[in-house]
Amino acid sequence: MLIQEQSRTGRRATAQAPLQAPEVADIPEGLRRRARPALPEVSEMQAVRHYTRLSQQNFSIDTHFYPLGSCTMKYNPRACNSLAMLPGFLGRHPLAPASHGQGILACLFELQEILKAVTGMHAVSLAPSAGAQGEFAGVAMIRAYHQARGDHARTEILVPDAAHGTNPASAVMCGFKVREIPTGPDGDVDLDALRAAVGPQTAGIMLTNPSTVGVFDRNIQAIAQAVHEAGGLLYYDGANLNAILGQVRPGDMGFDVIHMNLHKTFSTPHGGGGPGAGPVGVSKRLEPYLPVPLVACEGEEYRWLTESDRPESIGRLTAFGGNMGILLRAYVYARLIGREGMGRVAEFATLNANYLLARLQEAGFEAAYPERRASHEFIVTLKREAREFGVNTMDFAKRLLDYGYHAPTTYFPLLVPECLLIEPTETESKEDLDGFVAAMTAIRSEAQENPELVKGAPHSLPVRRLDDVRAARQLDLAWTPSASEGAHG
Amino acid sequence: MPFIPHTPDDIAAMLATIGVDSIEALFDEIPPELRVGAQALDAIPETLSEMEITRLMQSRACADGQPLCFIGAGAYEHHIPAAVWQIATRGEFYSAYTPYQAEASQGTLQLLYEFQSMMTALTGLDVSNASLYDGASALAEAVLMAVRANRQTKSQRVLVPRALHPAYRRTLRAIVEPQGIELVEVDFDARGGHTPVERLEAAAGDEECAAVVINQPNFFGILETVDELTDWAHAHKALAIAVVNPVALALLSPPGEWGAKGADIACGEAQPLGMPLSSGGPYAGFLCCKQEHVRQLPGRIVGRTLDLDGKPGFTLTLQAREQHIRRGKATSNICTNQGLLVTAATIHMALLGAEGLERVAASCHANTRRLGELLGAISGVEPLFERPVFHELALRLPAPTADLLRSLAAEDILGGFDLGPDYPELAPALLVCATEVRTEDELRRYADTLARLIATPAN
Repeated sequence: MLIQEQSRTGRRATAQAPLQAPEVADIPEGLRRRARPALPEVSEMQAVRHYTRLSQQNFSIDTHFYPLGSCTMKYNPRACNSLAMLPGFLGRHPLAPASHGQGILACLFELQEILKAVTGMHAVSLAPSAGAQGEFAGVAMIRAYHQARGDHARTEILVPDAAHGTNPASAVMCGFKVREIPTGPDGDVDLDALRAAVGPQTAGIMLTNPSTVGVFDRNIQAIAQAVHEAGGLLYYDGANLNAILGQVRPGDMGFDVIHMNLHKTFSTPHGGGGPGAGPVGVSKRLEPYLPVPLVACEGEEYRWLTESDRPESIGRLTAFGGNMGILLRAYVYARLIGREGMGRVAEFATLNANYLLARLQEAGFEAAYPERRASHEFIVTLKREAREFGVNTMDFAKRLLDYGYHAPTTYFPLLVPECLLIEPTETESKEDLDGFVAAMTAIRSEAQENPELVKGAPHSLPVRRLDDVRAARQLDLAWTPSASEGAHG
Repeated sequence: MPFIPHTPDDIAAMLATIGVDSIEALFDEIPPELRVGAQALDAIPETLSEMEITRLMQSRACADGQPLCFIGAGAYEHHIPAAVWQIATRGEFYSAYTPYQAEASQGTLQLLYEFQSMMTALTGLDVSNASLYDGASALAEAVLMAVRANRQTKSQRVLVPRALHPAYRRTLRAIVEPQGIELVEVDFDARGGHTPVERLEAAAGDEECAAVVINQPNFFGILETVDELTDWAHAHKALAIAVVNPVALALLSPPGEWGAKGADIACGEAQPLGMPLSSGGPYAGFLCCKQEHVRQLPGRIVGRTLDLDGKPGFTLTLQAREQHIRRGKATSNICTNQGLLVTAATIHMALLGAEGLERVAASCHANTRRLGELLGAISGVEPLFERPVFHELALRLPAPTADLLRSLAAEDILGGFDLGPDYPELAPALLVCATEVRTEDELRRYADTLARLIATPAN
């Protein structure tokens, strides 16, 4: 039942609002609200019980193995949360002067330095609120760079067909045309197609490496050379940075601009959809264009650098310059794992992925790229199961929920049929991975013996499979008091 | 190894299963010359224990102090019920992802549907998305959406009041100008502090516009004549985009009822609904619109539907608008949003209800008026504008604002926002705010301190 449907006129959680309700004397009547908004009227306990119960209807990292490919669902250390929520940090107004912000500015400055070092970039801005905003900032910097050189012919951004949907969407938001580059049969970018596509119209290329098919592109140096020789720049999508953290640096691969997803690689929470943080790092030639604000350290003092300090900046992406609380969590995480922990993240993420792939192959599942080493994630294709048992990837995914596993990413990337993109992350134990293999094996037996059981999954969750077509055709996007009366009348 | 559970036996067994003799061998497809050098990571400090990082963070949080704050300017200190963050940080909400597997995410999805319902109730519009990054970026998305949605004109011009938050105007420029959208500034009335219809006329000239941005209250706290502005927009084939404070909406006319036809889109900053100031984020942007524009609305949207047994349930819907389906033709590139903040906002609104939110709004309004009385009694301090305000007030000062603010900060009072850098013609001027959390004693302490500083200027 919705919280709105529990509402009773006149009931209130009185302790939470001010005791007094002062007269509002001088707001003109014409500007006043005529009727109160239909917000719930419930007691404090009702609200607490309702939202606690709702929370229990979620899968989460804290409760379930969550091998969602390209999302890096690793454990979110609790200390990162409690230390980011210390009163001094929470209570600080964004426009408070630097004299009342040396503590947080020190953390943010050090985070900039840590991210620079671990990515091999020349400078970092923490401003973007999430990966997609980091992409926007990165492509906007590429645009600013070409424009500053009077190079107005560069109207095209290259994007491999395996890329996340945010890549082409971000390029378009920056005013570019997108040209897709095919992926070769081995999972690497088709180098010949790339070489044929670059030219004086090329502003840059957006690449994820390891790519979304879960392999490290072995030709990255040749790609960098081809794009740079054509006068374009290289953008690194940091969605898969967990695979190479502390092992390979985007700056050393030749990338000019990158974004990082701190809600993936630096273990900040995903919060049911966000918030994230998508800092951008750049090579020297793009530094002037970084989004503001940046944190500078001058002598012993930290301060924000804003538009007036950075006249060539692509500007500001949010009113107050970023998801500070998430940046603090990432900072705490970086300090907890430390220098020696960075490379270990990639090592154990890769070990877990390759182990899980090997075990699934042993169990008879088909790898999409069997001749390749898995990075931190890999693709299994269920096309054989779909053909032989009539049970598709979505059915497997839904049945996994019954077994207590969040499903891997399904049907992405689009170029592999019936695919599951599986990313176990470094924080899962061998027993958890073995349990997942056992569940997959059991589901395949079910698919063979009793396919309807799998096709009707899930069976053990608060709801069974939901009708997405109905959701999109008979739109019901908000509760209203009148609709509710109709429903109960 | 922090956060890595592997024992030496696990590692040996796993490597044997894979068929390699070391973890290093798993990186054999990476060109060796690309591997990090020995000193490359030296700038990263060595590992700390939880005890050590706790000590460090506590000392830094304390260093930032807890000054008495009279700054508003887009971020507001409100009381947040204890239950809000205790529930929001439950692991099941905190560590879940975007609810792609609807059946395993009914908690998040139902909560988002409730949030959408609360926001449509507050704004008087038909539909709401499940959040954007913050108020300023939500406005940028609203402008992009309006230009796409307006079928009456091909114009890419949008009228933007100068009395809109300067940081919102900068964000707007950074995000929409690459798509060729022209932002035309509309000046405010020097006396009233509001944006009269005549100023819209003057800014628009003879050319068509796709949209008009109307903010209520405006950056100076002033209440705009929103009905006239909305009607003007509609009479000129433009969509009306409302930028509103959600707490103020407990008292003020909702955008859906502005003018004869109502605003078409409403957006704003949800921070006042249960989000701590946190140095600027994470907050959450909201974006609502009329039903007819729902397919142009960016961001996640949750719908109610039925399961196989005919039981109601919730799922992400209209995903054909989004980047993971539509790629370069999506309504926006947004993917990750501000879900956890929406969780807090929803619980916050459920606890306060309409009457509680109205009390908060009325208390803010009363406190700011009281602060205005106290500060206005100081010689040389007077209101800049004549028109009524919600919970912020622009004041003219008798001395340079930056100097006074520095002296106040030295006494642990954050006196407000210096209007001079963004509005040189108003200097020396200050924007102050007193929400419901400020007490009479605190207002007096501010007024007494400011009076003393003005009477005895620093050398």
